[in-house]
Amino acid sequence: MLRLDGVTVRFGARTALDSVDLDVADHETVCVLGPSGSGKSTLLRVVAGLQQPCAGRVLLSGRDVGGVPAHRRGVGLMFQDQQLFPQRDVAGNVAFGLRMRGAGRRERDERVAELLELVGLPGAERRAVAALSGGEQQRVALARSLAPEPRLLMLDEPFGQLDRGLRERLVVELRGLFRRLRTTVLAVTHDQGEAFALADRVVVMRAGRIEQQGAPLAVWRRPASEFVARFLGFGNVVDATVRAGARGVADTPWGALPVPAGTAPGEGRFLVRDTGVRLTAPGVGLLRCTVEAVTFRGGGTAAVTAVLRPERGPLLEASCPLREAPEPGTEVDAVFDADEVVWLGPPG
Amino acid sequence: MDVADREIAGPGPGAEDAAGPYGAEGARSSDPAGLRGAGRRRAALRLSLMAPPAVFFALFFGWPVAAIVARGLRPGGRWQPARIGEVLSDPYVLHVLWFTVWQAAASTALTLLLGLPGAYVFARFDFPGRELLRAVVTVPFVLPTVVVGSAFLGLLGPGGVLDEWWGLRTGGGVWPILLAHLFLNYAVVVRTVGGFWSQLDPRQEEAARTLGASRAAAWRRVTLPALAPSVGAAALMVFLFTFTSFGVVQVLRGPRQSTLEVEIYRRTAALLDLPTAAVLTLLQFAAVTALLAVHAWTLRRRSGTLGLVPPEQTARRPRGRGEWALLWGVLAFLALLVLVPLAVLVERSLDTPHGYGLAFYRALGSASADASFAVAPLDAVGNSFAYAGVATLLALLIGGLAAAALTAGRGAGGVSGTLVRGFDALLMLPLGTSAVTVGFGFLIALDEPPLDLRSSWLLVPLAQALVGVPFVVRTLLPALRAVDVRLREAAAVLGASPWRAWRSVDLPLVRRAVLVSAGFAFAVSLGEFGATVFIARPDAPTLPVAVARLLGRAGPANYGQAMAMSTILMLVCVAALLALERIRTDRSGEF
Repeated sequence: MLRLDGVTVRFGARTALDSVDLDVADHETVCVLGPSGSGKSTLLRVVAGLQQPCAGRVLLSGRDVGGVPAHRRGVGLMFQDQQLFPQRDVAGNVAFGLRMRGAGRRERDERVAELLELVGLPGAERRAVAALSGGEQQRVALARSLAPEPRLLMLDEPFGQLDRGLRERLVVELRGLFRRLRTTVLAVTHDQGEAFALADRVVVMRAGRIEQQGAPLAVWRRPASEFVARFLGFGNVVDATVRAGARGVADTPWGALPVPAGTAPGEGRFLVRDTGVRLTAPGVGLLRCTVEAVTFRGGGTAAVTAVLRPERGPLLEASCPLREAPEPGTEVDAVFDADEVVWLGPPG
Repeated sequence: MDVADREIAGPGPGAEDAAGPYGAEGARSSDPAGLRGAGRRRAALRLSLMAPPAVFFALFFGWPVAAIVARGLRPGGRWQPARIGEVLSDPYVLHVLWFTVWQAAASTALTLLLGLPGAYVFARFDFPGRELLRAVVTVPFVLPTVVVGSAFLGLLGPGGVLDEWWGLRTGGGVWPILLAHLFLNYAVVVRTVGGFWSQLDPRQEEAARTLGASRAAAWRRVTLPALAPSVGAAALMVFLFTFTSFGVVQVLRGPRQSTLEVEIYRRTAALLDLPTAAVLTLLQFAAVTALLAVHAWTLRRRSGTLGLVPPEQTARRPRGRGEWALLWGVLAFLALLVLVPLAVLVERSLDTPHGYGLAFYRALGSASADASFAVAPLDAVGNSFAYAGVATLLALLIGGLAAAALTAGRGAGGVSGTLVRGFDALLMLPLGTSAVTVGFGFLIALDEPPLDLRSSWLLVPLAQALVGVPFVVRTLLPALRAVDVRLREAAAVLGASPWRAWRSVDLPLVRRAVLVSAGFAFAVSLGEFGATVFIARPDAPTLPVAVARLLGRAGPANYGQAMAMSTILMLVCVAALLALERIRTDRSGEF
């Protein structure tokens, strides 16, 4: 459906997109993930035809759309802050694309009613967009971009300004909707939770380049670099030297660290996921730690993250069930789980 | 300690105070009463701020205008409303009225047509020298109308550059007037529309494009509706300025061309036909009031729901051949419109009968042989500065109080909201009222006790301040409104008394706006012509009056000296404006 071929965009001296290659298959939902300034929005603008690339090609359904202006590309773009037209009511907004296509009044009215039903706002046609809540505006924007039946729907930070509860509900609703409509979707977000919940495939970007892509779970389990690991919220990244021998053990500032069997000996950079740091009573493990702080991540996971100050080495983060959360100031021992240790690359 | 502190802090905001006398028991139940008390206090504060400007306007605007109208319609102590009908059925008056409306409409249309591309270029394109050019565009707006008149006379008039070099004569046509009006008001469109345009989110248009709208369709269906109120406001301003234009028309008009304002001047000064002048004044007053009412209405309709973004986010380098062509077209047009007339003015002032030289400038230094200049024309420079300086102080004082009154206790609606809007409109009235009427009214109304100012030098600054006040108010209002109430609240929570909070939060934020408005008031006072021409004493003319006198007399020497004088006046105004642009960072003002 969509193919990007070495797309490069420069703004003066700054390179926003650096030779990006990307494929999106029919009916696939791809989520581009990255910190702000990593070029995600520029990527969408290039596909939409709102930004000309300095180099590279954009192909839609196999055809190079380089010379095709934005309004003839047949892709939809939902903006970060919706950009509903304040002078028009809800129906006027949703029908805008249909109107541009020259649809008759009857057809427009029917389609608007149908779409508003679909996004959960039946009967909202005559409401002023300024009078809508954030979530409702989001739904209207979605209906508006779906109305002309774009072959590719792009979403720029679709849930950026919504509060947490609404965001989580909408993500689930949208995923169901896109499945049902078999829409091809390219979304960008800086929130990993959203990306992982929405996407068939995630693409992590860093400074205009694609750092890693794959199925959400695969990326989560095996971050390809320290950048991806840290962006996903993992803090325990250290240099380690893997000993030669059958059972994988590495020397780290924290002492001996079990690593997955078969890890190549030598120096490397390793991630210890916080779920791989188990807390035990003092005397059970080898690494004595003082609990510095306990933070709640919220949501339904009911897990807490404990920040530990080990007797040696940098601070450690450990995940543990809410019931077993230690009191700050108490002493615990940390035990590492080899399955949660990931080799990230050469030492940093 | 607690109690003492509170007492030292003085009257705290609102409810607490009002609840005080009722004690603890009363305090709990009297919250609504407390709020009402706070509202009353705010209203009282607002009224006391409004009082000085209101008195000033009543004394120096309402009374003179009323006096001249009464003098015209009630000769010998008897009202003669029949005069109105007589004057209005006079074919000549109808012709004047028709020409006034016609030239104002044509000037407005021309200014919009050529100003909108300029507004777009300044709002959306980022190019080197943009800030400087924006200042250059504003130069004509602050130039005295008499100077503009002489510049276009030097360009298009008999003996002007086009005539002398190519034998082109526009003799008596309406084009010189229209072009001079375009020159003067181009900045109004670029600034009001462009300022708003630069804050419109370009992604609105992009959203339309991704929904299948072509560039033209996106502009027509999304940008234009958003822009409409500001285009309307700019159009009204331009219409207002050109409808009441005096200096330009007085200098450039042909024998059969006369506007209401010029006719009022002619009837009062030359023909002493006060009744007709009074009716014409009333007519102009009614028209201007109607226009201002429409203006206030469009201001209120200016949609608050549009998502505005900082202008620096919306400007970008032009892309593609079309956009570059537009940019160069606007720049070339600007060079033609702004630079050529100003250059012509300088050229004419140096073009003496004995080749190029400074002879005209030297001649300005000595009193002329005939009686019309008892003093050296150059003295007018000193007079102008002194008058304009005092006028600026007055305008700042009155305008500052008015702006404070308009922003004090925001959010109060109902009756007081109507009152405030009325007050706001009142402040704008002098912009549209016949300056000639005001000047002549000063002579008639302020010449007897208890207020005998006829021989006082203060008369001129008072009239000039009247015209300066609207500019001060319009420049200060956006700045005052932009001060976030929460900043003041933060200061209060940190222990600042209301006065301290105002001094440490509001004042630094508003200081720039005060300087800018002072500059505008100074430039406007310096260039004021219609009223000053009546009340300036013969031995103490201001620059524009001196220019007009020189132009009014025959001979190349006088013409050249008028051009030299205009050049001096132009340079002063340009210097003042460039100084302003340096301190001006906030461009959200309405001028």
